[in-house]
Amino acid sequence: MTILSDLAARIATGAVRVVDLTHTLDPDFPVIVLPPEFGQCARFRMEEVSAYDHRGPAWKWHNLSLNEHTGTHFDAPSHWISGRDVPNGAVDEIAPEALIGPVCVIDCSAGAAADDDFALTPEHIRDWEAAHGQIPSGAWVLMRTDWSHRSGADYLNMAEDGAHSPGPTPDAIRLLLDRDIRGFGTETVGTDAGQGSHYDPPFPAHYLLHGAGKFGLQCLRNLDQLPPTGAVLIAPPLKIKGGTGSPLRVLALVDQT
Amino acid sequence: MTEPLSPPKKKDPQRRSPVATLPPRTRSRAGLGLAVAAAENAFRLQTCADCGAVQYPPRDACCRCLSTDLPWRETDRTGTVIAETRIHASPDPYFRARLPWRAGSVRLAAGPTAICHLHGDVGRGDAVRLRLMLDKAGRGVMVALPQTPTPAMEDDPMMRELTAHPRHRRVLVTDARAPEAPALVQALLDAGAAHVWVGEAEAWRRWPGRAGFEGRENVTLVPLDVTDSDSLATLAGEIGGKTDILVNTARHVRPGGVMAADTVQARDAMEVNALGLMRLGQAFGPGMAGRTADGVNRAACFATVLSAHALSPDPGYGAFAASQAAARSVAQTLRAEFARGGLRMTCIYTGPTEDDWHDGLPPPKVAPKALARGIVKGLIDGLEEVFVGDVAQDLAERWRRDPGILERELGDMP
Amino acid sequence: MIPRAYDGVAVVAPVTVPYVRYSQETAHWWIARALKAALDAAGLGPRDIDGLSVSSFSLAPDTPVGLTQHLGLTLNWLDTVPMGGMSGVAALRRAARAVQAGDAEIVACVAGDANHIDSFRRLLGNFSRFSQDAVYPYGYGGPNACFALLMDAYMADYGVERADFGRIAVAQRENALRNPHALMKSPLTLEQYLNARAISDPIALFDCVMPCAGAEAFLVMREDRAGGLPAARVLATMERHNAFPEDPIQLRGGWADQAAAFWDRAGVGPSDMDLLQTYDDYPVISMMQIEDLDFCEKGAAGAFVRARDLTVTGDFPHNTSGGQLSVGQAGAAGGYLGLVEALRQVTGQAGPTQVAGARRAAVSGFGMVNYDRGVCSGAAVLEGVA
Repeated sequence: MTILSDLAARIATGAVRVVDLTHTLDPDFPVIVLPPEFGQCARFRMEEVSAYDHRGPAWKWHNLSLNEHTGTHFDAPSHWISGRDVPNGAVDEIAPEALIGPVCVIDCSAGAAADDDFALTPEHIRDWEAAHGQIPSGAWVLMRTDWSHRSGADYLNMAEDGAHSPGPTPDAIRLLLDRDIRGFGTETVGTDAGQGSHYDPPFPAHYLLHGAGKFGLQCLRNLDQLPPTGAVLIAPPLKIKGGTGSPLRVLALVDQT
Repeated sequence: MTEPLSPPKKKDPQRRSPVATLPPRTRSRAGLGLAVAAAENAFRLQTCADCGAVQYPPRDACCRCLSTDLPWRETDRTGTVIAETRIHASPDPYFRARLPWRAGSVRLAAGPTAICHLHGDVGRGDAVRLRLMLDKAGRGVMVALPQTPTPAMEDDPMMRELTAHPRHRRVLVTDARAPEAPALVQALLDAGAAHVWVGEAEAWRRWPGRAGFEGRENVTLVPLDVTDSDSLATLAGEIGGKTDILVNTARHVRPGGVMAADTVQARDAMEVNALGLMRLGQAFGPGMAGRTADGVNRAACFATVLSAHALSPDPGYGAFAASQAAARSVAQTLRAEFARGGLRMTCIYTGPTEDDWHDGLPPPKVAPKALARGIVKGLIDGLEEVFVGDVAQDLAERWRRDPGILERELGDMP
Repeated sequence: MIPRAYDGVAVVAPVTVPYVRYSQETAHWWIARALKAALDAAGLGPRDIDGLSVSSFSLAPDTPVGLTQHLGLTLNWLDTVPMGGMSGVAALRRAARAVQAGDAEIVACVAGDANHIDSFRRLLGNFSRFSQDAVYPYGYGGPNACFALLMDAYMADYGVERADFGRIAVAQRENALRNPHALMKSPLTLEQYLNARAISDPIALFDCVMPCAGAEAFLVMREDRAGGLPAARVLATMERHNAFPEDPIQLRGGWADQAAAFWDRAGVGPSDMDLLQTYDDYPVISMMQIEDLDFCEKGAAGAFVRARDLTVTGDFPHNTSGGQLSVGQAGAAGGYLGLVEALRQVTGQAGPTQVAGARRAAVSGFGMVNYDRGVCSGAAVLEGVA
């Protein structure tokens, strides 16, 4: 038995469970909304090309249109200005082995339930480490908020002063960078809080992570099915030339034994 | 006296819906000029440039002096009914289904005699006000109306055929977020609409205006995104068979020319303004065009709001104007396609509106309420081309006069 | 200058091919039947004629040119008269002058039309450009609606009542009952006329003709070629197109400003006529002809018909075969029906409808509602050669 054949067998028996962390690409799934004078993130759209009909008698297929950052998606370093000079910062340049790694899940669901603007602070991370050990180098870190259980207008949770959704403080991100993580993921529409523009720097997760060559994952779901540690995350974006991100299928392998 | 219309009974589901037929549609080239005037509520007749004789029926040479220079000019709208008849028999399927039908000979103050549709409140000897109106075939016809409005005159069966009056009709307004949507819904209800559905795109995006539509009698918010074929198919599946009037208010406006502008926004403008109209036509057009003879609340009109710059671009809004020109072209094709079923395609052209996207522009601008009024008036009058506000009317007039000069004038604007 | 009379010209061989409501035959077939019957009556064959005048709405895609080849005729003179109800008078007028001038020796004048199911509706649909642009879209009542408007205005202006029109229809039906070829075979009372189904107010069922298939013909030739055939002379003719265009609605036809000269040319007057054949697509048009041809004052036709007996045996025999109202309207042949009947009358060949001692007849024609009125008016006076 090699490691891989053992893994395959365990997946087949369910001893290793594959958890899908992806939302379905759906035209009605929220995307980030910028002030209207900016170009907007394209919504997911699907136009039927043919459906076993006069347009193509034996086949059905669709043309898709979407943004790199539509639906459950990956942010590459080149997404943010701070990461523009990071070597291999576009999705097509990222080494494939960089896309798979151990995953730590920090449960912020209680805090997010109490406060839409819940902020993940260094204290929360240190508390988590006290319980689960230090975040290892090269880990994916996911912030569980159970925000993916929300739907409709409650998901973006827009108000006249902008969106209200949980996210990390700048210092929290700095601490994660100290731990040399692989990337940071959330259940919300961005890796930053809804009010993340009011931090210094604004959008600290984007600014600091990508400047350090780290990745982002957002619009994740099913984080409540992952253990705090021990799972492996597989998050390969589409290989888009010069792409700053990509919708993707995010899978976690969880050892059930 | 016109008998006021009663709300229609519920349909008998076992009866076939009446087949839509059209009145005679063949016209000479000159005869089509009546439709052009009728489309925008003008009363233009050919007037000899040489001798001034007003011509009717439309022709190719002056019946007084043989001049072939017969420009269409706005003409005196008054006349007198000199003979009337009530037609009880016709070999034409359209009129057979609508007998008896009244027609009359009207001596126009401008000279000629015209055979006209007679409103129920006028008869031989009466002085009348004439209108050119579009009939179900989309052709221009002469209509003799009472000189001063009479009670419920718009409920006359002939008027009901020639207009898209909202009374007792069910209306879909496609975009609740359009600045004119609240006033439009109110104006439609005031005009007697039985129900108004208001489309809401991206319900996941909260917006303060929503409250104005919630919980109102005869008003329902429905999920509708003109950029999403699926949402349209789903909604058409629900209400497509009972949508009598559709007013497309979805509009994507962004300033900026072409050279320095953003194709992402241009694409969004095309998606909403041009392709959105196309998708609406695909989703709702067939159902509506098939229900144009379906009783009192038969389907009557598919309307869309366009910028007057669909005619000639404002370089300050290059991509938007391009999408508007494309949308106008889509509307013209839909008009041709709908005409076979007797469904009217109405374009409501507006100048700059009072909203965020025209903030920097000088007045006059069209207030949302004025736009809403213009839309409903267009339906009530049965028009195909409605120009709301001074800017749109001025632009249309200049465009008719000389599109080339207009283009250059607009190009010189600051 | 007063045109010369049609000296030396004879009109012979009146022929009616009995009408049928619907026929599967073509206009070519009907015209051939009429032509052959006329030639047979004159003892001639197709090679004996050198002129042909044709009126038909249903020859398409052929024209009378095609008909010459179709029927194997070789001609020196060919005319097409597309004037509907005025076709007979116009054909006679042109043929008589051609024969008199020597352009042709024997001209066969023929009119005929097919009537298939639905062909009337199709004919209407393509009748004229003004009709398409400015009449059909208003209820598509066909000629009924147009004439209803004229009749409405006429009644209002002259105080004529429906019963007055009814007298014309009822008398014609009485005449038609003598005519074995009339399509209408049951008697008509004034009460039935007045209570008939409304068609386009004030026009009701018995104001209207019934479209049918049929053909009519006669021959025009030099008197010396007519031999012993019963023949008539043409005393005068007239035609007028688009008369009184300034009248806001048609209450008179082109006869009105021509009648005096017309009678002057004829050398006789209305009171010299033994019978009158008007074009009766609607009784109101017959009244206009009675007035405009000076049989009475303008507007007095109602009183005129009230005071007279219009039947074959009456004091003012009118439309003696029953007219189109009772015989049927066979397309362009309707424009020949009165003329052919008048020819039979003045030549003593009218059989059951013969007016005793008839020698002179006035015939008038009226045709082509291009828009809101009939455009063509014409008339002729025939006198039997004793």
